[in-house]
Amino acid sequence: MSDVSQPVAHPPVTDWINDFDHTDPQWTNDPFPIWEELRAASPVVHTERFLGCYMPTTYEAVREIANDTEHFSSRRIIVRDVRPEVARNAAPPITSDPPVHKPAKQLLLPPFTPDAMKKLEPRMRAICNELIDGFIADGKVDAAARYAKYIPVRAIAHMLGIPESDSDLFINWIHMILEVGIKDETKLLEAVHEMSDYFRAHIEERRSKPTNDLISYLMNAKDKEGQPLEESHVLGSLRLLLIAGIDTTWSAIGSSLWHLARTPADRERLIAEPELIPTAVEELLRAYSPVTMAREVVKETTVSGCPVKAGNMVLLSFPAANRDPKMFPDADKVVIDRRENRHAAFGLGIHRCVGSNLARMEMQVALEEWLKRIPDFRLDPGGTVTWSQGTVRGPRQLPFLLGKAM
Amino acid sequence: MAARLKVHVDPDKCQGHARCKALAPELFELDEYGNAHEVGDGTVPPGLEDKAWLAKSNCPEIAIDVIEE
Repeated sequence: MSDVSQPVAHPPVTDWINDFDHTDPQWTNDPFPIWEELRAASPVVHTERFLGCYMPTTYEAVREIANDTEHFSSRRIIVRDVRPEVARNAAPPITSDPPVHKPAKQLLLPPFTPDAMKKLEPRMRAICNELIDGFIADGKVDAAARYAKYIPVRAIAHMLGIPESDSDLFINWIHMILEVGIKDETKLLEAVHEMSDYFRAHIEERRSKPTNDLISYLMNAKDKEGQPLEESHVLGSLRLLLIAGIDTTWSAIGSSLWHLARTPADRERLIAEPELIPTAVEELLRAYSPVTMAREVVKETTVSGCPVKAGNMVLLSFPAANRDPKMFPDADKVVIDRRENRHAAFGLGIHRCVGSNLARMEMQVALEEWLKRIPDFRLDPGGTVTWSQGTVRGPRQLPFLLGKAM
Repeated sequence: MAARLKVHVDPDKCQGHARCKALAPELFELDEYGNAHEVGDGTVPPGLEDKAWLAKSNCPEIAIDVIEE
């Protein structure tokens, strides 16, 4: 059990340029000035933490790495304190490199096209309204815990064909894998095993009673030789869909509402011009991108002129890339009608998020339905906004007062 | 007379972000995997020039060319 280590507390960061740490409370609370400092220092910075890790700080450097699958592998996609053996928790295609990646990705793409998402939209609107019904009369709400969180979890449960009422179970696994798991291998493995057992039971049920959902879709999928997928592949992909689809969009919806609560002018504009919401969603995705990915350097190379050595991890911060002023004028401002927006919130290159069309639809519907019913809201001065730590960033506690200010 | 425009998606660069389809559905369509290609031979009908440029400037993979003929 050499790779099962006890969690270790990280010393606070005092030198961001040579010793960065994306789990530091300062980063969790307000990463934007840190990224600016790192970007001013170098296109690529390094830390000895996490057994050695680089971070590209510019949009260009992030793009270079995302497009270079020869030197940068996806076999490890979370920067953690430990480097357990790979493959055991593989979740194809996100943990796959070429040439294995493409067929695994192509299996997952058809259920997530924009047209497929349109069919899901009425259910999403109903879910949003059911959630709003649950708190609108109270005059206050934690919008992260009671709204943003449940929209993606119920959407993906609906698509997978598992009970929406198991939502809290899924949310706990994801917390264990993406947050606690950075430092605590035992908790991560426990969560992975529980998820696998859960899905195994659902697969078993479908052997006698096939259904019209994503679990049955994957069970019946064939690889490029025409053979059914191995169970480990099916389970890995199911774990991926559940993990990747939830706290990511939860974070994006939460950050969007957080911005609108603090920016009445943007809120009023979106209410007056709802047709602007899709454009605004892109800008909110840029400014508050939730997802930071990772790669492992497998072969020495250079990125934007900086040498990188094999054996190190790479913190692939799409959120930092999206704040690069060389790529985006007024990068630190939310320009709700920004016309040119090549943001990388869903990644760049072959690992573009398979659920990007789902996430966009969920964000649009979540904002539309909220603004229709709750045009006025603001942060509750009596409460505290808290942010998730690590790989996915978004508000986890988002106390709002609803209705016009007195 | 204004130049006639044509759009083209480089299939090796497109990763299916589908921004072009959202912004200019008259000019782009998606295959079963959600990857984009131009409608027909890519000729931009008069009046849709802005949409062609908008699609190009929102493609994260820089996969779209707008050609002035």
